[in-house]
Amino acid sequence: MLQRLFAIMNKEVRQLARDRLTFGMIVGIPLMQILLFGYAINFDVRDIRAAVVDEANTSHSRALVADLQASGVVRFGAPSTSVPELRHRLDAGEISVGVVIPRDFERRRLGSDRAAVQLLVDGSEPMIDSVARGLAQVPLPGRDADYRSRVPVFEVLTEYNPERRTAVQVVPALVGVILNMTMVIFTSVAIVRERERGNLELLITTPIRSWELMAGKLMPYVLIGLVQTTIVLAVGSWAFDVPMNGSLLDLYLAAALFIAATLTLGLVISTLVKSQMQAFQLSFLTLLPSILLSGFVFPFDGMPKPAQWIAQVLPLTHFVEMIRGILLRGAPLTDLGVPAAKLAVFLAVTLAIATSRFRKRLD
Amino acid sequence: MLPAAAPRPAVEPAIVARGLTRRFGRVTAVDGVDLDIPRARIYGFLGPNGSGKSTTIRMLCGLLAPSSGAVHVLGHEMPRDAERLRPRLGYMTQKFSLWDDLTVAENLDFMSRVFDLPAERRRQRLQAVTGEYRLDRLLSQRAGTLSGGQRQRLALAAATLHQPELLLLDEPTSAVDPQSRRDFWESLFALVARGVTILVSTHYMDEAERCHELAILADGRLVAQGAPKQLMSDIPARVVEVETDDTVTARAALLQDEAVLSVAQLGTRLHVLLRPDAADPAGRCYARLRDAGVEAQATAVGASLEDVFVAATGFKRTSHVAVAG
Repeated sequence: MLQRLFAIMNKEVRQLARDRLTFGMIVGIPLMQILLFGYAINFDVRDIRAAVVDEANTSHSRALVADLQASGVVRFGAPSTSVPELRHRLDAGEISVGVVIPRDFERRRLGSDRAAVQLLVDGSEPMIDSVARGLAQVPLPGRDADYRSRVPVFEVLTEYNPERRTAVQVVPALVGVILNMTMVIFTSVAIVRERERGNLELLITTPIRSWELMAGKLMPYVLIGLVQTTIVLAVGSWAFDVPMNGSLLDLYLAAALFIAATLTLGLVISTLVKSQMQAFQLSFLTLLPSILLSGFVFPFDGMPKPAQWIAQVLPLTHFVEMIRGILLRGAPLTDLGVPAAKLAVFLAVTLAIATSRFRKRLD
Repeated sequence: MLPAAAPRPAVEPAIVARGLTRRFGRVTAVDGVDLDIPRARIYGFLGPNGSGKSTTIRMLCGLLAPSSGAVHVLGHEMPRDAERLRPRLGYMTQKFSLWDDLTVAENLDFMSRVFDLPAERRRQRLQAVTGEYRLDRLLSQRAGTLSGGQRQRLALAAATLHQPELLLLDEPTSAVDPQSRRDFWESLFALVARGVTILVSTHYMDEAERCHELAILADGRLVAQGAPKQLMSDIPARVVEVETDDTVTARAALLQDEAVLSVAQLGTRLHVLLRPDAADPAGRCYARLRDAGVEAQATAVGASLEDVFVAATGFKRTSHVAVAG
């Protein structure tokens, strides 16, 4: 019995080692993704191109422009001469934010019933809109007492990621995204490929048991998943200074649980499709909602209820919660029992579906 | 229905099937096939592509469940007892289905472990099959780089590693040169001499003729069954060979005769099948050709297996009822 299990595992490992493309993907996908997400995707917005029309041109209006500039969020180009000209530059995509300081700025500033300044924002880019809303919070010079000595109403302290670096938020969850991507595809393709090439027809006429076949095929991928986890975390720690606050053992246990869940998802996919191409497509179909709804990109609590329900079914959601907890907050695994239990349920259900659908028959 | 009391194992056939039927949607791939395949014999399935050979073999090894009918293989009811049959069964798929990216040695080692051979027997069997199927020098070569004949030897070696009592071979020689085919058949006879039962499907006449017994399949039905010699002598047709220079006119003239069932050309000869009730078939052909102004010689000859095949499969268009052997 164990002989058959080890025979399958041994065969899978040998085949993997000889399949240069897949082997390259095991290392290449995590590396590419972490560099891509770590460097290119940056939610810290800086230097948005902007222009100002200062029709008031008072000392206060100039102070306001200087304050905005000093925030580093916007970078002012040549000032515009009129509002239509400013709009034209916005239309042309030359600038993303326009600041209009009207002629009656001083009167508006002293009264408090009307906005003193107008921001024109290019709403076609998602990040810019939210940044502009932040800009609108910049205190207006001289509206209340002397703005220089003004104390902000709130002092914001960002815990666990005081510098608010995107990499710190992204890299831990990225472990999950990468595992979700590669594990589902690898397993579904590994099984469908054998069916396509006719190997499975031969295998199922041997005394091998279904579970031996499946376990033997999946186990090497658990190891591969853990290797990928290590790559992402190592690069994350070395290149992006992502903190490792929790216990590594907890981390790897959580990763192993998540890997098992994604592998069985791949297994279910393999029982639903006929060709490797379909396996790829269906794997990607499960990947997209995982990335969008798991809390990897958008905060989970801000999503509409139906999206949250869908997210509950996705294993990535729970893993993102766990790994952020362990890595950033240093939470022990025992504090993460709820997401761990949800992952375990997902694993049990998909495993049951896969075994009930996979029979040693062709029909 | 199967016989109620199973006879002693020695005389029990290797495979017994009654009314074996398999439908795929609205297509009936195998239609009411009865089989009694004796032990320690090579039993052939002869039929064109799509005649149901592969589907039947797949039902015999439990890969497909029959839509209706019953089948017992080595005394096991299929597909219910498929798992118990596995260790006693060797199966060679139509397409090479070992692993291209593993070497010959790795493929054999893997299969021997999957069949749960204990270490000592594994070593001994691996040595035996590599010698028997001349794989010694190929051991470290990847299976994907082997020639058609080498692959087939590897596949047969893998299928016989665990010394099965029954071998199911689905068109094993379709991608193999004639010399390799001959060697392959020598290997099969060597296995039969050791008591192995072999079921082999083919669409080659010469291979079919080597079988101890033969079933001819057409459109999922078993249209003839028996020893090749017997089938040839029992053919429900008479065979005439016509030698002529003007084969075109001769063929047209012969097909005018309602007693002529088929005409096949072999070089300058025409192979003519006539109804079994046609008296003096050679004289009849000769007369018809003379009337058509064709100079020809006509001789009555014995039927070949191809004639049997044509007679069993080819007459449906003229609503001729084919015999069952």
